Parts: sequence; C-alpha cells; structure tokens
Amino acid sequence: MTEIIVVTSGKGGVGKTTTSASVACGLARRGKRVAVVDFDIGLRNLDLIMGCERRVVYDFVNVIQGDCTLKQALIKDKRIETLHVLAASQTRDKDALTAEGVRRVLDELIADGFDYILCDSPAGIEKGAHLAMYYADRAVVVVNPEVSSVRDSDRILGLLASKTQRAEQGNGGVKEHLLLTRYNPRRVASGEMMSVDDVKEILGLDVIGVVPESPDVLAASNAGVPVILNDESDASRAYDDAVARLLGEDLPMRFLEEPKRGFFARIFGG
Amino acid sequence: MGLLALFRRTPSSASVAKERLRIIVAQERSVRGSPDYLPLLRREILQVIHKYVNVDPEAVQINLGQEEGHEVLELSVALPEKTRA
Repeated sequence: MTEIIVVTSGKGGVGKTTTSASVACGLARRGKRVAVVDFDIGLRNLDLIMGCERRVVYDFVNVIQGDCTLKQALIKDKRIETLHVLAASQTRDKDALTAEGVRRVLDELIADGFDYILCDSPAGIEKGAHLAMYYADRAVVVVNPEVSSVRDSDRILGLLASKTQRAEQGNGGVKEHLLLTRYNPRRVASGEMMSVDDVKEILGLDVIGVVPESPDVLAASNAGVPVILNDESDASRAYDDAVARLLGEDLPMRFLEEPKRGFFARIFGG
Repeated sequence: MGLLALFRRTPSSASVAKERLRIIVAQERSVRGSPDYLPLLRREILQVIHKYVNVDPEAVQINLGQEEGHEVLELSVALPEKTRA
C-alpha cells in the first residue's frame, strides 16, 4: 500500500520544503521506499535542500509531457538507498501541471511499489498547491506559532476538507496533522509566542511534531543535507519523532522547554 | 514566566494573538463552504435595510444551515435601540 502525504501550509517560508526533505529522509532511513515530489513549478527548491541540484536532468513536467520516463527523472539519493527525488520544473508555464498528468505520475510511483509519496506543496492556494493536495491520503500542515501562518493553515484545512479527491468521494477525507516549526520555547515561556497548546486549540487538530527554532536548519540547507541527518541537532530529533508518530508510534513531545544552558553559553550565545 | 509575569499588567502578546486568531478563524470557518454569493447578498440586504433604519453593518447575520434535508437561509438583523431625544 502506498500512502500519499502532502506537506502544505498556505503561507510561504514556514518550512514546507525543509519538512518534506527531513520527513522523506526519516521515512527512508527506516527502510521505507520514499519518493519526494516538488510541486512548486517554476520555483524548484527541494533539489537544493536535498543536495541533488546538480543531478537534475529531467523534471516532473518532463515526465507529464512524455519527454522522458519516470525512471529517468527520479533522482536516487546518494545517502539513503530507498529515497528518490522528483524535481519541479523551472518552466514559467503554469498550466504545465495537470490533474490528469499528476495522477498518471502518482499511479506509476504506486505501481513501482513506493511505500510513501511525499508531495511538497508550493505556498498559496493556487493550482500547484491544489494539485499537491488533491490525491493525498494524509496531510502534514506546517505551521509557525505566528498569526498569519495559523490563519493560512486554517484556510488550507478548509481546502483539504473540500477540494481533495478523498473529500469529494466522501471516504473519510484526508487525515490531517499539524507540525509546528520555528518553535522558540524561551519566547513561549515569556508570553511572546503562542504555545503548542494555543495553536492546537485554535486549529483543533492533533500535533504530530514540534521542531524547535534552530540555527542547524539554515546550516542544513546551506549544505544541502536535510537537517534530520544532523544527529547532533534537536531539530533532527524533533523531525525523527514526527516521522515515528507518522508511522503510528506514540511518543511524548520533546523540546517544548528551553534547554538548560551553562553560564558561558548564556553569555556568548550558541 | 516566573516573577516577571507577576509585574506585567498588559496581557502577553501571545495571548492577544490567540484571542484574535480564535475570533477570525471562527468567523472564517462559519462562512466556509457556503456559496460565494452570501457576502454579496449580505451587503445588498444591508443596503436595503439601511434605507429605512440606520443599522450597524455588524448587526446583520446571515447563516446557511442544514435542517432535515433542506437548506435554511437564516437572516438576523439587530435593530438599534431607539435613542431617546
């Protein structure tokens, strides 16, 4: 059984691609066969975060238009054998992505025996975002504890509940999860930032992961190594917990409180 | 939190954010899935009422609900209290 998971948010810059890359790595690291697909046509970025930008020969739209086979376009990850990336096209043609074309590519990935297909949605609520979520079985809604991100997430939840195949067919709808990123426990404690419980209460959804704000995330994208692969990082552990929860494990949330820091760390930062 | 919170008079910015979101999300959810003409209908009804009574735009509520297999369009207008001269 293949499960299609969309990583979406509405608002841009909240960590969709970072999350797609890390969750894909996390699932693949546990032996699952994973394809992660960039739906952000015209603004390809997943390849950079995954560190395979120089190996992109063919892309998603090439496959849809029959310029190449899916096999030719899938980029095999060099670190994890069971992980594959399908890059977005850089075309400016907005109509390059069609529902029928997306369905065909997903069907081929399913026939190929992938366990998980991760759809990295573009920001906004336009066609790319719509197609990224349309065939999904589950959705990971990435949200920052910040007003515009929370409101946009609620818009996305509305679309997931109405503009997806599962919603239209009425077979239980898309299973939705929240994933908080850029969480700063210190600012939550001082009342400057909404807490996990606040966001959970407003949106009325279960939280599958809380990723603390961390300099490791930028370092990871600089290097093209998804942050989950940095074993030293709290962000990595938080993503790995989220992956375990996606797979059905019941784990307590970590990193909701500020880590105790030594005297020197407090003075010099870090 | 700690001691600092004891001295803070104004509510924390996080609780302000939460309150604002709670209201706007509830409002946006209430119109979700309803036909696109509802906001326009609401505005036009408001204009008509406005010709006769000076009502607050906030005082007109339109809800579309389901009741035993049929849809119910519910319109509620709160008329202003008569101001005594």
